[in-house]
Amino acid sequence: MDKIKSIEDLRKLREQAKAFLRTRQGEVKVKIYISMGTVGIAAGSRDVLLAILDELQKRNFTDVQIIERGSMGLDVEEPVVGVDRDGVVVYYGHVAPEMARQIVASHVINGQIISDWVIAKE
Amino acid sequence: MKELSLNILDIIENSLKAKAKNIELTIIEDDSKDLLLIEVKDDGVGMDETLLKEVFDPFMTTSKNKKVGLGLPLLKLEAESCDGGVFIESKKGLGMIVKVCFKKSHIDVPPLGDLPATIVSIIATHPEVNLKFKHVVNNKTFEISTEDLRKTCEESLCTPFLLSSIKTFLEEKIKELHGGV
Repeated sequence: MDKIKSIEDLRKLREQAKAFLRTRQGEVKVKIYISMGTVGIAAGSRDVLLAILDELQKRNFTDVQIIERGSMGLDVEEPVVGVDRDGVVVYYGHVAPEMARQIVASHVINGQIISDWVIAKE
Repeated sequence: MKELSLNILDIIENSLKAKAKNIELTIIEDDSKDLLLIEVKDDGVGMDETLLKEVFDPFMTTSKNKKVGLGLPLLKLEAESCDGGVFIESKKGLGMIVKVCFKKSHIDVPPLGDLPATIVSIIATHPEVNLKFKHVVNNKTFEISTEDLRKTCEESLCTPFLLSSIKTFLEEKIKELHGGV
């Protein structure tokens, strides 16, 4: 990607983004919850969030809403990522950025739960 | 926390939990005064005097899920071990100001770290919030607000493509402030 020097360049990028995006219709299909309390942040949830954003961009998937949740009381499992798809919320624990990418690829986009990493369902 | 930008993210998350809609983040690096100042100002629900007194107590938390709140106590420890400190001003209903200062040349000062990542994380998870960011390095200043960005982009900032562009943009600008190309 070209280096962006000013806000004007962002305006140009917006045009690109418009062509790039599929039009979002109605409700979003998938919600991703990420816990960003003190513990989550210290455990690395910021890097996980950035990895998720990056992977979504690479795969051109925009039917998704990312929601920050405070600590859920599962500090020992941080960073925790929850995926709400097809009416089920699945929580993954000890998520590293690389795992987050795989979660995006298989669960968020294709609906395949990675059961080895699941810590809770609701 | 490994870097100060994570602490900043933590403070801002506190603000967001206090239902803040406008958040101002100011970072001042001044070599002549040997000062590193981080200031977060918000318009959230604020704290009353009793809570303000207890805010640095690690066993004091407003969360129902757990019994400890370590964010501010840890930051205070970090700042004080670098000849600095944390100061909080707040009034119930009127938001709060958190000021963190460090002696810039102190050997134990953690690196500022990845500020763009912190800012992008906030925009991604709370696109409705107005965030103003001001970074001053000696006499050079860089200012940006999500309001400006939103006007430029005319639509939701919260698309992965735009967020990564914003991140690159911020990285460039902050590098310029520090004299790098």
